[in-house]
Amino acid sequence: MSRQHIISVLLENESGALSRVAGLFSARAYNIESLTVAPTLDESLSRLTLVTIGSEETIEQIKKQLNKLVDVVKLIDLSESFSLERELALVKVKKSAAMVQRIEALDSDTLARIADETDGYLIVELSGENAWLDDFLQDMQDDVIEVVRTGVIGLSRGERALTL
Amino acid sequence: MVELSGGEIVIQSLKDEGVEYVFGYPGGCVLHIYDAIFKQEDVKHVLVRHEQGATHAADGYARSSGKPGVVLVTSGPGATNAVTGIATAYMDSIPLVVITGQVPRPVIGTDAFQEVDTVGITRPCVKHNFLVKDVADIAETMKKAFYLATSGRPGPVVVDIPKDITDPSIKVPYHYPSKVTMRSYTPVVSGDIGQTIKAIKLIKEAKRPVIYSGGGVILGEASNELRELCRTLNFPVTQTLMGLGAFPGTDPQSIGMLGMHGTYEANMAMHDSDLIIAIGARFDDRVTGKIAEFCPHAKIIHIDVDPASISKTITVDVPIVGQVKPILLDMLAQLKSLGETFDRARIADWWKQIEDWRAVDCMAYDKNSGTIKPQYVIEQLYQVTKGEAFVTSDVGQHQMFAAQFYPFDKPRRWINSGGLGTMGFGLPAAMGVKFAHPEADVACVTGEGSIQMCLQELSTMLQYDTPVKIINLNNGYLGMVRQWQEFTYKSRYSHSYMEALPDFKKLAEAYGHVGMQITKKEDVEPALREAFAMKDRTVFLDFLTDREENVYPMIEAGKAHNDMVMAPNSIYKRILA
Repeated sequence: MSRQHIISVLLENESGALSRVAGLFSARAYNIESLTVAPTLDESLSRLTLVTIGSEETIEQIKKQLNKLVDVVKLIDLSESFSLERELALVKVKKSAAMVQRIEALDSDTLARIADETDGYLIVELSGENAWLDDFLQDMQDDVIEVVRTGVIGLSRGERALTL
Repeated sequence: MVELSGGEIVIQSLKDEGVEYVFGYPGGCVLHIYDAIFKQEDVKHVLVRHEQGATHAADGYARSSGKPGVVLVTSGPGATNAVTGIATAYMDSIPLVVITGQVPRPVIGTDAFQEVDTVGITRPCVKHNFLVKDVADIAETMKKAFYLATSGRPGPVVVDIPKDITDPSIKVPYHYPSKVTMRSYTPVVSGDIGQTIKAIKLIKEAKRPVIYSGGGVILGEASNELRELCRTLNFPVTQTLMGLGAFPGTDPQSIGMLGMHGTYEANMAMHDSDLIIAIGARFDDRVTGKIAEFCPHAKIIHIDVDPASISKTITVDVPIVGQVKPILLDMLAQLKSLGETFDRARIADWWKQIEDWRAVDCMAYDKNSGTIKPQYVIEQLYQVTKGEAFVTSDVGQHQMFAAQFYPFDKPRRWINSGGLGTMGFGLPAAMGVKFAHPEADVACVTGEGSIQMCLQELSTMLQYDTPVKIINLNNGYLGMVRQWQEFTYKSRYSHSYMEALPDFKKLAEAYGHVGMQITKKEDVEPALREAFAMKDRTVFLDFLTDREENVYPMIEAGKAHNDMVMAPNSIYKRILA
């Protein structure tokens, strides 16, 4: 049975390292739903988070193949443990009283705020679990002019951490 | 500390790494490096005639010697021509270090003359690659390249070096590290002893075991340990195309190669087995046939240095990740402490069954035919060389005939492109073998299709005096393609025939070698004797063979092990009738 997995990878911060990961996914015909990467506090390392969908066997093979890449230092499958995931989206909508009310009415557990207002247009900043974002954007789709999403990031809860 | 230029550092690194030969071809972006080669004599350069030849020659050198092969080519087309050879080495896990020139750093990305994104192009077919951006990094990068190429699961590593950092006027202190560590690369050595103990438990219970041994045993220098394990267990041994020679092919315990053109007994044994012990083998599709029906009754133990090879296509019961050699030593120690006897009698019924299958004589061919059968040529080659030659091959029917009819008793004697299936591999590979083993008999078994793909290396072989014997099984067809067309396309021979073949005898002579054309069966053996007696000459033996001989048995693509196509006149067919 196919399931979504969030895999976090510590990667050598070398030129070409990201393309090795991306190339692996295309060469072996693995799905890649989202991918986000940025340097860590240790500038020699990047942390890459990717979301993929596959059967247990495929996910196992993806993790092995990732580990086999010489630039991959360590990885963790966040879906194997209790983890916190977040995705950020910026959404452009036309300003209306109804829209402002709708944003302000959102559950305080999720981050949703008006980050910018220019010439009668709003940029709404949303952050939450990716499924919540999907649903929210689905509901808003008639009003959305433009949307950009960061892709999922996550950390495992409690003591478990992806560090060297 | 001595100060050297980038170009000198490249060559000094090779020297410090103990490299004997570099197979290469000069060009604009490697001129500084070539100038450094000119000024020394320790590292010998072999000027090939095409960069593909350089990679295959280095590959043949590596496969036959166990040492890494080294290639030096220029940027752009030099690098792209090398790609086929790099991919060939990658698929068979052969250690190569391929140094490619790159355009100077300031013009990278401007579509400069002979610029190509070498790191990008080679990325999917290397173990790792580097673009060196600073002259001060060359030495350490070279060390890393050799370390990566030769450790863990070996493979090719490309080092792309921009021309400006090899400039002779810029010198930096040179230090070649004796050792290098990489936090992101820590290959496994020994296996988990708990897993080995689990494996032993399965071995004890097995009634119909098969040892399935692959190229990893040869790469891991574990042939002796494999032999000891096989002798201890008295289990039947089948070997993959890449593994031939790790266990002696002439030993009665060997049941031959398995897979698409494997023996009847090996494939039937796999199908009926209750325990497969896979050692340094990767369950390639040419071996497994139909995945869903692969070894339906068997538990599987899998020893491999590459965790990603475990359960990639076939789910296994007891994986043991690590180098083959220490794991086999663990197994042997465990077996010894068991104090049980694993003689043939223990699995007598199983051996009886296997001998019945073996009696089918699945590779029998028409020995009374008046034509030269390709199998007959290989049998004679075996006789004339007393089974001691290094045999390289190209890809196609001749490759399978060589694998079937030349039993190898030693590792590293059988050199072929198993994974990528690269036509054109055989001749330059044979040249590479000859550099590693100047005194040995080296034969290149090929066909009139394959040989024309890297034929230009005949010229290199004259220049460097690397005499090999070219066994051209010339049937005027791209034989394996024709065979598939016969079986699955109702003999519609679409473009599997070449209408204008060269006169190979004259061609060989034009290159300064000896050419022979053999058209009669009775001339096969004398011609081979005459050729191998000419120790210092490359001889091109053009055998005009039976035009429509097929390779049997054959498991057609997507079929199961027990679903083999047998030769039309085989005993098996007669039994069925």
